[in-house]
Amino acid sequence: MSDRIVILGGGTGGTLAANRLRRHYGETAEIVVVDRDDRHLYQPGLLFVPFGMTTPERIVRPRGKQLHDGINFRIAEVDRVTTAENTVYLSDGTALEYDVLVIASGASLLPGETEGLTGAGWGEKTHTFYTLAGATALAEALERFDGGRLVVNMVDMPIKCPVAPLEFSFLADWYFQRRGIRDRVEITYVTSMDGAFTKAVCNRVLSGMLDGKRVNVVTEFNTGEVDGVGGRLISYDEREIPFDLLVAIPLHGGAEYIGRSPGLGDDLNFVETDIHTLQAKAAPNVFAIGDATNLPSSKAGSVTHFEGETLVANIAHLLNGETLEGTYDGHANCFIESGFHKALLIDFSYELEPVPGRYPEPHVGPLPLLKESRLNHLGKLAFEPLYWHVLLPGHDMPGIGAQMSTRGKQLEAIGQGDRQ
Amino acid sequence: MSTATYAGAVVEVDAEGFLADPAQWTEEMAHEIAAQNGLGELTDRHWQVINFMRDSYLKTGAAPSIRTLGKVSGVPIKELYQLFPKGPAKLAAKIAGIPKPRGCI
Ligand SMILES: Cc1cc2nc3c(=O)[nH]c(=O)nc-3n(C[C@H](O)[C@H](O)[C@H](O)COP(=O)(O)OP(=O)(O)OC[C@H]3O[C@@H](n4cnc5c(N)ncnc54)[C@H](O)[C@@H]3O)c2cc1C
Repeated sequence: MSDRIVILGGGTGGTLAANRLRRHYGETAEIVVVDRDDRHLYQPGLLFVPFGMTTPERIVRPRGKQLHDGINFRIAEVDRVTTAENTVYLSDGTALEYDVLVIASGASLLPGETEGLTGAGWGEKTHTFYTLAGATALAEALERFDGGRLVVNMVDMPIKCPVAPLEFSFLADWYFQRRGIRDRVEITYVTSMDGAFTKAVCNRVLSGMLDGKRVNVVTEFNTGEVDGVGGRLISYDEREIPFDLLVAIPLHGGAEYIGRSPGLGDDLNFVETDIHTLQAKAAPNVFAIGDATNLPSSKAGSVTHFEGETLVANIAHLLNGETLEGTYDGHANCFIESGFHKALLIDFSYELEPVPGRYPEPHVGPLPLLKESRLNHLGKLAFEPLYWHVLLPGHDMPGIGAQMSTRGKQLEAIGQGDRQ
Repeated sequence: MSTATYAGAVVEVDAEGFLADPAQWTEEMAHEIAAQNGLGELTDRHWQVINFMRDSYLKTGAAPSIRTLGKVSGVPIKELYQLFPKGPAKLAAKIAGIPKPRGCI
């Protein structure tokens, strides 16, 4: 009998894992993907919806179509996993047994965990762009907005794509300049962290850019309550920030069913996962990929993509009775859109923070690291077709290895004038 | 790495004063670090948080975040801010002699 590999979640990680596994095993393994719906959203596109730079229709495609022939796609809600029985229970009562389980159910938004955020004013004065409905409503709200205080609030880490709230602030500056009303809008970026970005070198660059674009920054602000009618953010230590329009990036957690699955998750329902092999701590035949893990890496599509290689290799090792390989190194790379047809690029890992340099080839690039350029903006745009046609089908990106390379990176930038 | 002297003992600390090796920590150091950071007498509620921080660091190898503290330490977030003003997770970690909470990237 062939092995059955069950994959929970048909987003970025579930899709690329299924396609890679299908290529590896052909007919010799049964691959089942479960997701609650058939709408695959290109999430990086959410950043552009509020500014009218893309439309909801353009960034959604059917999930089933992204999966290679021979993969069994089921639309159902996962209710819980019992690793002791190698079984997934679906909400319709079906029990699905597996030989290997891959958890790819991503991160969920938990706006309800912040008092008042989804109360009165939600969708009017208070918004998010982290969901398609939210980004669409925000586009209308921005169009109506003709001056006042815009506050962008990253409530707390971890969040998907930690640079997206900064990108939103940069694009807001550009958007209001284009409309000729920038002088009437005060933009404030409010974060729970002690800087715009967690790592020193990158923080310096991004803080300088926020300053240059006249975006105020408030750090170490831990939002405890939102007054969506009066327009106030209130922190746990009782500081207040007034707003006329709030764009909140709500708290994130793992999928709810993880909490109903004994031994799988941490207190935030992220799957406890080995940071190098991607094996779950709960059981040897359970793996996790993408935003669902508790890895200290960024929750990003690029991370999910780089993890794919290690994941598939280790599933094969496990089924062959071999030792797993610890090959995932925390590699991430992200384009940071900064408006005016420009973007930055950062490339980093568990060990190495983002530094300046050239990517992917030393000196030649062509992409400059940690520096604004038009070419990086074109790179960000090119990521969309690459997502559908290279990343999801489970191919490698041309010229870009899964492991981070230090070639072309200015390592000496680290520690120079650390922090202000 | 630099060093600091707490309760008469020389310990290794990072640039922000967090102990490098939790094993070097003693309860007397906690009082001294707390005082240096503007805290008065440490109450039972402070100790509940400090002990929780240490236990979970020694168990998992990572300092718990403010959300985890609020969910599982038995002390609600609002009170954490009263006990350890400004950055409760950071300050409690410093007093508990464990490395700075890493926060993800
Ligand atoms: C605004 C925004 C901008 C971003 N920009 C970038 C970027 O520029 N570059 C980049 O690399 N990354 C970016 N990302 C991050 C990227 O989109 C994610 O990291 C990536 O999609 C993670 O893939 P995943 O498979 O882990 O999760 P997802 O793709 O979210 O898939 C999880 C799937 O699990 C399903 N699921 C969950 N629970 C259940 C259940 N109980 N039953 C059934 N199905 C379930 C969901 O329906 C979903 O389809 C961005 C994200 C956002 C929100």
